[in-house]
Amino acid sequence: MNLAVNNQSLILALGLVMIALAIGWHEKLGIDRDMIIGVVRAVVQLFVVGYLLKYVFRVNSIWLTATLILIIIFNASYNAKQRSQGIPRALPISLGAILISTGVTLGVLMLAGAIKFIPSQMVPISGMIASNSMVAIGLCYRNLNAEFKQERQAVLEKLALGADLKDASRDIVRASIKTGMQPTIDSAKTMGIVSLPGMMSGLIFAGVDPVRAIKYQIMVVFMLMSATSIGSVLACYWAYREFYNERKQLVGPSN
Amino acid sequence: MSLLELKQVGYQVGDTPILQDINLTIDQGEWVTLTGPSGGGKSTLVRIMASLLSRTSGELSFAGRSIDDYDPIAYRRRVSYSFQQPTLFGATVRNNLQFPYQIRQLPFDQQRAVTALKYVGLTAADLDKAVVDLSGGQRQRVALLRNVMIYPEVLILDEVTAGLDADNKAFVWSMIRHFNVDDGITIVAITHDQAEIDAAKRLVTLADGRLVGGAQ
Repeated sequence: MNLAVNNQSLILALGLVMIALAIGWHEKLGIDRDMIIGVVRAVVQLFVVGYLLKYVFRVNSIWLTATLILIIIFNASYNAKQRSQGIPRALPISLGAILISTGVTLGVLMLAGAIKFIPSQMVPISGMIASNSMVAIGLCYRNLNAEFKQERQAVLEKLALGADLKDASRDIVRASIKTGMQPTIDSAKTMGIVSLPGMMSGLIFAGVDPVRAIKYQIMVVFMLMSATSIGSVLACYWAYREFYNERKQLVGPSN
Repeated sequence: MSLLELKQVGYQVGDTPILQDINLTIDQGEWVTLTGPSGGGKSTLVRIMASLLSRTSGELSFAGRSIDDYDPIAYRRRVSYSFQQPTLFGATVRNNLQFPYQIRQLPFDQQRAVTALKYVGLTAADLDKAVVDLSGGQRQRVALLRNVMIYPEVLILDEVTAGLDADNKAFVWSMIRHFNVDDGITIVAITHDQAEIDAAKRLVTLADGRLVGGAQ
């Protein structure tokens, strides 16, 4: 292990935040407060999670690991719901979609022998899957809202011709699933040529042979593809119905 | 025989009444022209008839049964609504004429589509014409054909000739007359056009959310 980030290095690196703050202040961007809150929150949250993970890894209990995974999934679902701009039942929809996408992906990885049910593997991998699913679902919600607003007339005309809700919403649902998955696809396309992604960089940083590190990264690409596609499909197919009332009339988006 | 019957139908948004005490009976095969000042509630009324909106009071029945007893999708296949500025779906005319078949999971009747296109002054080759290449009048004709590819019992027309030139207007009205006279489709048409109002078989006037003439 050749990592050398000590407290002194961290304090010196804080200078980088000062640069960002100086730019914000000079350009009158009005984001100084947000930036400070963001940095403080990140530091506090990461320290808390660092000590928490240290404890969870030491205890090595199945129940504690499972509880932590469920907390991660709930937090991801709550955050996805916050991005729903008022879509009814967004929390249970997000929870179902993230639970299933994370569960299926973790299950396949475990069956394939890529990971074991030990906290040091399950917790970070669950976090990666749930957070990517969360971002994808958030994008799906934003796109559903935008498309139902923009395509309102076309949806009304399809309904007026006797289309059921699925037929009336099909193009919007497809576009939204695509939007949810696009960042993962784009990132996969440029992986290694634009960026050395998180897990791979971390392993290389920690002294692992790059050829071994890429195998882990390839696994991450596969699991994120799966998680974002399952999450996007489920969330879109469950959420589009919320734009209609019980008489199958278009009522959303609410804003 | 009355096909559509509205009794004391009202619609309000919050505390604001949009429609009040609408009593109207429309018989099978009838052609009702609905007119009145803008903002008077005409579009709201026909959208309620088409089950795209729900009334907030009163009763609306279709073929002797309350509209609430029908599945809304099945109802809209019988009571079809055509918009003032229609949105055409997909890339080609074919995509639009196929749509009514697709949603009913029926095979596309291409022969019927070609016959219908010829009837509205288009050709068989136009079936694969891009919708972006259609003129305003052609768009409206294709949109109307979309409504009647599989015959509805009632065709509701929300100012479908507004914005069209005189020739296209005459053409579209001759199409609608054909649907009414030859195919027996009941027509409910909103218009502001004086010639269309003068030619109306039955004129119903709506102002400030109330019927002021023509109700039965």
